[in-house]
Amino acid sequence: MTDIQQDMAAAEAGDPAAAPVPAIELAGVVKEYHARGEVVPAVRGVDLSIAEGEFFALLGPSGCGKTTTMRMVAGFEDPTRGTVRLHGRDVTAVPPNRRDVNMVFQSYALFPHMNVWDNVAFGLRRRGLPREEVRRRVAETLEIVDLAGRERRRPRELSGGQQQRVALARALANRPRALLLDEPLGALDLKLRQAMQGELKRIQREVGITFVHVTHDQGEALAMSDRIAVMNDGRIEQLGPPREVYERPATRFVAGFIGTSNLLAGTVAEVVGDLAVLRAGEDGRVLLPAGDHLRPGGPVEITVRPEKISIETVEPVPGVSAVRGTVTDASYLGTANSYLVRLPEGTEFTVFEQNVHDSGLTARRGDTVWLSWQPQHSYAIGSRTPS
Amino acid sequence: MTSAAAGPDAAAPPHRGRRRPRWGDRLLRAYTWLVLAWLLAPVAVMIAFGFNDTRSKSNVSWQGFTTRWWGRLGDYPDLTAAVVNSLEIAAIATVVATALGTGMGVALGRYRFRGQGGTDLMMFAAISAPEIVMGASLLSLFVSLGVPTGFGTIVLAHVLFSVSFVAVTVRARVAGMDPAVEEAARDLGASAWAAFWRVTFPMILPGVLAGALLAFALSIDDFVITQFTGGATVTFPLWIYGAVRIGVPPQVNVLGTIIFGIGVLVAVLNAVAGRRRRG
Ligand SMILES: Nc1ncnc2c1ncn2[C@@H]1O[C@H](COP(=O)(O)OP(=O)(O)OP(=O)(O)O)[C@@H](O)[C@H]1O
Ligand SMILES: [Mg+2]
Repeated sequence: MTDIQQDMAAAEAGDPAAAPVPAIELAGVVKEYHARGEVVPAVRGVDLSIAEGEFFALLGPSGCGKTTTMRMVAGFEDPTRGTVRLHGRDVTAVPPNRRDVNMVFQSYALFPHMNVWDNVAFGLRRRGLPREEVRRRVAETLEIVDLAGRERRRPRELSGGQQQRVALARALANRPRALLLDEPLGALDLKLRQAMQGELKRIQREVGITFVHVTHDQGEALAMSDRIAVMNDGRIEQLGPPREVYERPATRFVAGFIGTSNLLAGTVAEVVGDLAVLRAGEDGRVLLPAGDHLRPGGPVEITVRPEKISIETVEPVPGVSAVRGTVTDASYLGTANSYLVRLPEGTEFTVFEQNVHDSGLTARRGDTVWLSWQPQHSYAIGSRTPS
Repeated sequence: MTSAAAGPDAAAPPHRGRRRPRWGDRLLRAYTWLVLAWLLAPVAVMIAFGFNDTRSKSNVSWQGFTTRWWGRLGDYPDLTAAVVNSLEIAAIATVVATALGTGMGVALGRYRFRGQGGTDLMMFAAISAPEIVMGASLLSLFVSLGVPTGFGTIVLAHVLFSVSFVAVTVRARVAGMDPAVEEAARDLGASAWAAFWRVTFPMILPGVLAGALLAFALSIDDFVITQFTGGATVTFPLWIYGAVRIGVPPQVNVLGTIIFGIGVLVAVLNAVAGRRRRG
């Protein structure tokens, strides 16, 4: 860690610009594969800037181009267009062995013919470090990932979680300036996965290097990252801190992909002070903070998270959003109750209710209920909505 | 396994090899031994007749036991020369075919390239072509090119027919390898060259060795193609063929036994090394 800080200090000393140089920068990156005479666009134009020391998540559904993006950063694929910069240096044409980033593969890709020690020492030996230094660093790294004592084991003699940690150690031992993790927890069962999430966070804090974490598990991305880029179909739909991405989804896709969200489309009826009002059904209303783009008569689509909604049998007080609907499903989930409520215009809302009172379910199937939520929990989805 | 269902071997883990062999298993075992016996019978006869105390020219009926022929291996200088030729040819052909075939196997197993289908087809054509056809066509090729047939042309021919076998075994090994492993090596700072030698090659080594053994075995006992391309050069199989009319001396059996013994030794070493690799 201290070495890295010294490296960084040295790099900054030689840099006249005061603004910190991002660890990883993608500018207009496009990747097209050619398969059987057809052009397959895997990445359709990605601009991304990841800061030094950041825990960054690349989140998206299967096939959206996450792996391809990472492979271009690591140097395994040449972008069809665009530039990749690492710490300000254009590396678009630099081979992977001369890029100062390391990758942890989804399949781990451990060297099966080498034991744990030799796996971890591989990168250090390739760089021609003195024997003593290699020994020290391998031992140190194995300590970090809690694998000391298993140096002589072959990869296949280890459990999935242990293999995963060897893969991590093998990359970490080189002290890369950024670590790329391609769904490193994908092959683990839930328990181990959660344990490893904590481990990864701890390790990242300990070594202080940039982590780019690819995942299609939104919970994982929300729990671990400083910032999240949500990818869909080769593009980044939204980029921001977990809270922002969750609370203020920029597009319909993001709203649907991250957590459960309720969508409601309507027209702005009026703007009162700093609140815009939508009519919903005969006696319902939705309030949301009025932005510049909200005008009376204009169309708007809002999203609201299920846990922000209260479910009641009496009409709520004024000053909150309130819509009436019919319960189509009510289930008891232990820590929470979950309801499905059909609104007059046909959309269904999901509502989570914390199980704080012992009265059980507030409403049953077929009941008419009022849903209410605070104005700031209605969020208007931007105009970037695809489809 | 519930306690209610506990039989006589309830304490033993439900391990497949532990349960009492059933009828089908016994039949299968007997069948395996029969096939093995059938395979090894000619070898056993060959070894036995290397110890036959025969007086006549022909070594076909059992006359009693002797180890005399083992001491008189060098009685026929041209037989010794033929064996040396065979070993030299097999050694050179194996090295060359293994090197070329490994390269081909890696390329075919790892990359998609123009002409891949054609290469595949050629390889299997070379494997499945009747030897007599290959021998005859090679001879006409050498003659029409004005290449004098002999030791060199035998080596060329042997490389030619064994390279495909090496390529096929290596390719199977490469195809079963996660390409990310080699990428990981590159990612960790290895040049393409270092990644191949330190990671890919050790991983495909069993395939390479199997290919090399195959090449050696194919070369050492090849008769048909050698007959066509050999010119005046005589190899071990050619010498035996020539000796059949006048009677094959027991030394041939002894030499055959030695070659077989070496083969068995290599196979055993390979198995032991494999077991150690697997830990
Ligand atoms: N070598 C290739 N040749 C052709 N198409 C490819 C190739 N690699 C990826 N693709 C295509 O590019 C798209 C993006 O693939 P990529 O592997 O980057 O997805 P991903 O986001 O990592 O998905 P997953 O979560 O399933 O790993 C997919 O449609 C895929 O089919
Ligand atoms: Mg992927």
